[in-house]
Amino acid sequence: MDTIYYLIQNMLPVAIPLLLVALGGMFSERSGVINIGLEGIMLFGAFFGALFVFTIQGAGINAQLVLLMGMVVAALAGFVYSLLLSFAAVTMKADQTITGTSLNMLIPAAVLLFSKMFFNSDGITTNMGFFIRKMPVLGDIPVLGPMFFQKTYLTVIIGFVILIISVIIFYKTKFGLRLRACGEHPQAADSVGINVYFMRYAGVSLSGILGGIGGFFYSVGILDGNINGHSGVAGFGFLALAVMIFGQWKPIRIMFAALFFAFLRTLAYSIALIPFLNDLGINQTYYKMLPYVATMVVLAFTSKKSRAPKAEGIPYDKAKR
Amino acid sequence: MENYIVEMLNITKEFPGIIANDNITLNLKKGEVHALLGENGAGKSTLMSVLFGLYQAEKGEIRKNGQVVKINNPNDANALGIGMVHQHFKLVEIFTVLENIILGVEPNKLGFLQKSEAKEKVMALSEKYGLSINPDALIEDISVGMQQRVEILKMLYRDNEILIFDEPTAVLTPQEIKELLKIMRGFAEEGKSILFITHKLNEIMEVADRCTVLRKGKYIGTVNVKESNKEELSKMMVGRDVNFNVDKKPAEIKDVVLSVKGVTVPSKHHKNNAVKDVSFEVRAGEIVCLAGIEGNGQTEFVAALTGLDKMSAGTITLSGKDITKSSIRERSVSGMSHIPEDRHKHGLVLEYSLEQNMVLQRYWQPEFQKNGFIKFDAVRKYAEGLIERFDVRSGQGPISVVRSMSGGNQQKAIIAREIDKKHDLLVAVQPTRGLDVGAIEYIHKQLVERRDAGKGVLLVSLELDEVMNVSDRILVMYEGEIVGELDPKNTTVQELGLYMSGAKRNTAKEINHAG
Repeated sequence: MDTIYYLIQNMLPVAIPLLLVALGGMFSERSGVINIGLEGIMLFGAFFGALFVFTIQGAGINAQLVLLMGMVVAALAGFVYSLLLSFAAVTMKADQTITGTSLNMLIPAAVLLFSKMFFNSDGITTNMGFFIRKMPVLGDIPVLGPMFFQKTYLTVIIGFVILIISVIIFYKTKFGLRLRACGEHPQAADSVGINVYFMRYAGVSLSGILGGIGGFFYSVGILDGNINGHSGVAGFGFLALAVMIFGQWKPIRIMFAALFFAFLRTLAYSIALIPFLNDLGINQTYYKMLPYVATMVVLAFTSKKSRAPKAEGIPYDKAKR
Repeated sequence: MENYIVEMLNITKEFPGIIANDNITLNLKKGEVHALLGENGAGKSTLMSVLFGLYQAEKGEIRKNGQVVKINNPNDANALGIGMVHQHFKLVEIFTVLENIILGVEPNKLGFLQKSEAKEKVMALSEKYGLSINPDALIEDISVGMQQRVEILKMLYRDNEILIFDEPTAVLTPQEIKELLKIMRGFAEEGKSILFITHKLNEIMEVADRCTVLRKGKYIGTVNVKESNKEELSKMMVGRDVNFNVDKKPAEIKDVVLSVKGVTVPSKHHKNNAVKDVSFEVRAGEIVCLAGIEGNGQTEFVAALTGLDKMSAGTITLSGKDITKSSIRERSVSGMSHIPEDRHKHGLVLEYSLEQNMVLQRYWQPEFQKNGFIKFDAVRKYAEGLIERFDVRSGQGPISVVRSMSGGNQQKAIIAREIDKKHDLLVAVQPTRGLDVGAIEYIHKQLVERRDAGKGVLLVSLELDEVMNVSDRILVMYEGEIVGELDPKNTTVQELGLYMSGAKRNTAKEINHAG
């Protein structure tokens, strides 16, 4: 039982960044814009989040409050950075894949440069304790308490709240309906008076916000509040894309996909605790490849059946029809 | 002075390099069905897009009830009560019928959708006008006819009183067309005003009160339909007399050229077969027409026949040679010529020059190459010959980039290439699609000429007039099967329509007997 608790406690903080970033990708792609730049957006958000934490950590503010504030900072950073993609891809009708790739390439270098200049290091190291040993009241619930409310981070709860809000926005509101129409058939949306450019800006901006938050939560939940220009977010932005595709661009499925990938990663890092796997004597490095290998396998097998938003990747041009 | 509900005065709309609408005036009375007639590229759709706010005119003004109005986008049009059923439906496939109808004018509380409220209103409208729909079905799962009803309901839901129909009958069966025209008349009687874009004269005669004719972006005139006739309208449309009938001698039928047995092709969209156990023969000296409504397996059948796709069962024999497993080139060399359905995708390399396109299937033959090098002089000479014989017009002759040519001339280039090549069988798939009356006349003449030269012709067509006029024998395809064999001389468009919609079919025995 303790092993299961351990796995879940460690899996959730890993799953949350994947979940949030994949949801971001979903908003962007369902509005019609491919967002390859999620990796860069994550790192950008993580960097500013960590920078904020670094600046404020001496002020004696409650760690969880700092986390919330850092989240807002990261969201803003992600939003601003994603505007580059919106501007290039929506307003200037640039190739979305190339634009996204350039967003990814810019940030690790910028983080390294900035960190070398001001911290004489490869990244930012903070010393805030975001870890929660046990939440009051909720942590005492039998079974569920140790699973979800002990040895965890606030990010987990926030992540699931954001998931619920995303589902509601996506399926129950006027905004969601219009957003989805723009990714499928922008001409149809235009013909009923929907501003396709605005909706696409909105979709990409949401992916920026969620990507930024996801990046910061990665830094909090996996790197203990630090960020580093060399390893960045370890391909989580791309993994999130895989999660999004595996989740068929639908929020609840994306959640399950995120949990699946997070589970594999946690498992890979916990081999020493699982006697059966440990006894096999396989070098642990191979296990650490698991989530990435699984990505390739899953995508190879699901991409044939997957139904991407029809108009994604195609810049919308009013004059063409 | 008459009272018009909408006046479009001196509208001019230019696109780079072309004046789509040149000083056009159109007046719409309240409660009338007003047809807008013209060939492809005459500027009908552009004019309606200006009225609907999709384009802005450079010159001219639009008035509603005498007041000058500015229509900058579809929202403005909608506010003025103007709605439009587009030629290519503007429906989101993965949305439900209801979601498509309310999209853009969603009833909501604080941004949250109120679907049940919308559903009541939609169902009331559906009942009132006899437009039956299933509000919860996905668009991708429903028939084209129902999709069109959804488009109409979209306008009604918005309380539009000026309804634009852009070529609404192109995708419908004869029975559905009749139904639609009746509904349009009903709207007019209720006081709604209808603009009806079409190039089908019969429909205008049946339903329209007045008709405005455009030609090459210019205004030709407006006539009262009751005081006019088909001949006058077509002359206004084309600018010369048009021969509606295809002149042809009786067919001299000879040996079997193509024999198809039990051909079955799996579908790419669903689990069932798209083509089910199709068998027939085409003989030299006859035009056999494969008729049917779009999406009943014709496309898949032709793909299998020409080698573009694989089939799962059956055999194909061309002039006595089994070509079931042959490659596309082997089929071509064995005597199959193919005028493809999608000329941009399968007929031409748009970025290549006209001469390069003309030797696409033959560049490897000794006539055009030596040791892997193309004989450019030979290609040029050959292309120039074809251009002259088939009157293919283009900006720069053989070196014109095909993309820059008009649709009619692109089609002529394909026809020249396919006809000049050695062949026993000509497969022509919707060869006149999207072409104007003049080009259609030309293509029909070429098909009949092939037949008279003793070749077999397999024509796949959705146009009933074409089916009836050109063919010697009609095979009707419905849901992947041949459901009837008809003689165009002994049948009517109505009967053909019944077969096409699956309402009627020969038993297998009868078909065998007839064949």
